[in-house]
Amino acid sequence: MLFAAVAFGPILWPVAINEIDFAAKLQGPSWKHPLGTDDLGQDLLARLLYGGRISLAVGLAAMVVAVVVGVLVGAVAGMSSGRVDAVLMWLTDLFLALPLLPLLLLLVYLFRDTFKGMFGVEGGAFILIVAVIGGLRWMQVARLVRAQFLSLREKEFVEAARALGASKVRLVAQHILPNALGPVIVAGTIDVAAAIIAESTLSFLGLGFPSDIPTWGSVLRDAKDYLDIAPHWALFPGAAIFLAVIAINFIGDGLRDALDPRRVL
Amino acid sequence: MSRQYIIRRLLITIPSLLGISIVLFAILALAPGDPFEELATNPAVPPEVRAALRAKFGLDDPVWTRYLHWLGAMIQGDWGFSFASRMDVDTLILQRLPTTLIVIGSSQVIAILVALPVGVLAATRPYSLFDQIANTLAFVGFSLPTFFTGLLFILVFSIQLDWLPFVYRADIAGSGWPWLWAHIKQSIMPVMVLGLFQGASLVRFVRSSVLDVIKLDYVTTARSKGIGERKVITKHVVRNALIPVVTLVALQMPIVFGGAIVTEQIFRVPGIGSLLISAMLANDTPVVMAVTFVIACLVVIFNLIADILYGWLDPRISFR
Repeated sequence: MLFAAVAFGPILWPVAINEIDFAAKLQGPSWKHPLGTDDLGQDLLARLLYGGRISLAVGLAAMVVAVVVGVLVGAVAGMSSGRVDAVLMWLTDLFLALPLLPLLLLLVYLFRDTFKGMFGVEGGAFILIVAVIGGLRWMQVARLVRAQFLSLREKEFVEAARALGASKVRLVAQHILPNALGPVIVAGTIDVAAAIIAESTLSFLGLGFPSDIPTWGSVLRDAKDYLDIAPHWALFPGAAIFLAVIAINFIGDGLRDALDPRRVL
Repeated sequence: MSRQYIIRRLLITIPSLLGISIVLFAILALAPGDPFEELATNPAVPPEVRAALRAKFGLDDPVWTRYLHWLGAMIQGDWGFSFASRMDVDTLILQRLPTTLIVIGSSQVIAILVALPVGVLAATRPYSLFDQIANTLAFVGFSLPTFFTGLLFILVFSIQLDWLPFVYRADIAGSGWPWLWAHIKQSIMPVMVLGLFQGASLVRFVRSSVLDVIKLDYVTTARSKGIGERKVITKHVVRNALIPVVTLVALQMPIVFGGAIVTEQIFRVPGIGSLLISAMLANDTPVVMAVTFVIACLVVIFNLIADILYGWLDPRISFR
């Protein structure tokens, strides 16, 4: 539902996101503006639909980055036992111990201007945020993949493939990886939710997307100074984040139950 | 618990602290921008002075020399000078740190006080009505981002009901009970926001870990000896179920600090989190680096404490 609304919404609700109408500023929900307006009289529904696209896109893209890095690290560590494995796992543990949000903020703070110069205002912010969020969330996936690899590579069917002369790459790509993907999908789903929260947090703190691009977090940030006179302005973006995150978490939970028949409870 | 175990743990901490410092320094070194950019554009500063300054601060040295210099300065407590606040970084941080620690500490206490009884009760009656309500609430609780719960709390308790102040003030005048009460009153909302978020994810872990333990044979033995159900749960089950929960609390410390930054920003609590944000918005790099490093160190220290607690809760670990 939410995904559909975000994907097709701008077609159905053709009010411009930056149409300024001071006569209608800070209005509550009405027929003309179903979710009300903000301090410049911009229509909130349109802004939220647009922001939802960015938030969901960031969530999905960051998840892809995290999963790709995680699978790579996990697969390499799982296949090569010994020193490489130990170093990679030490690195993973180190990243797990790092405080995520301060580091996210630090990276965005330091690299903001370079990326803006390289890819333009919007594209730069998008690429930077996706890379940073994804690059700091791969550890769980890496650990899962490694654990799966360690048990799978000793199984008989892998032994058989190896006996048939399959190369190491083919062994990993054709035989081990598909069997290891179940938990990765679950972790990936939950990562999408975490990435959406991370992006909204960054925007809320004023270090995400520039404030003329409405994401759910930045709309909420603008709204927080008007809580007493325009509560609807803060409630709707917050509810949007909450609904998106809880929906994704439910999907993840359902997938876990579906993919893991051994878990009874 | 043996002393050896503690010493070994302490020794393991050092490489991870070093690792964190390397990561931080690498980020700083890779980042574009020159700390002397302002001087470069200032026509009153001749190029020779600039070159002398660069040499003095070792900016032209190879990377690893700069790293060793930086590390040495960090260890000696020479953290630089804040451009925005006009004071030394370490005094600035020491001013802010206690507030943050109080808020985080009390929110952790709240989280544990909420999560333990609820999780244990839910696990003793799995799939009962209570269990389902607790599960749903926990799910809702950790899907709500802290900045939204914070705003909701302000909306309900400060604006609608007018019970609590929504701006945290460090300089409340007065003394004695009214002063203490004013402090408690203004800390309730930030602490609750953080504590409930933590508690929500803890409930699920407490529940599943109690469920794992409650099926074990020794619990059945205890029951068949005729020990009352209440005593079986409190004396036999909970203590063993707590072991994984302790690790979890420690593993979540990074998330807690992240949440603290957000809540401090919402409620304008003068802690190190809001210091970090304001320093970033003011381009105050020494403060930003120092605060990130302090937070990273705190996380490592909390992990260490959890590991030691772990050894105390579970004597089997020390002998491995």
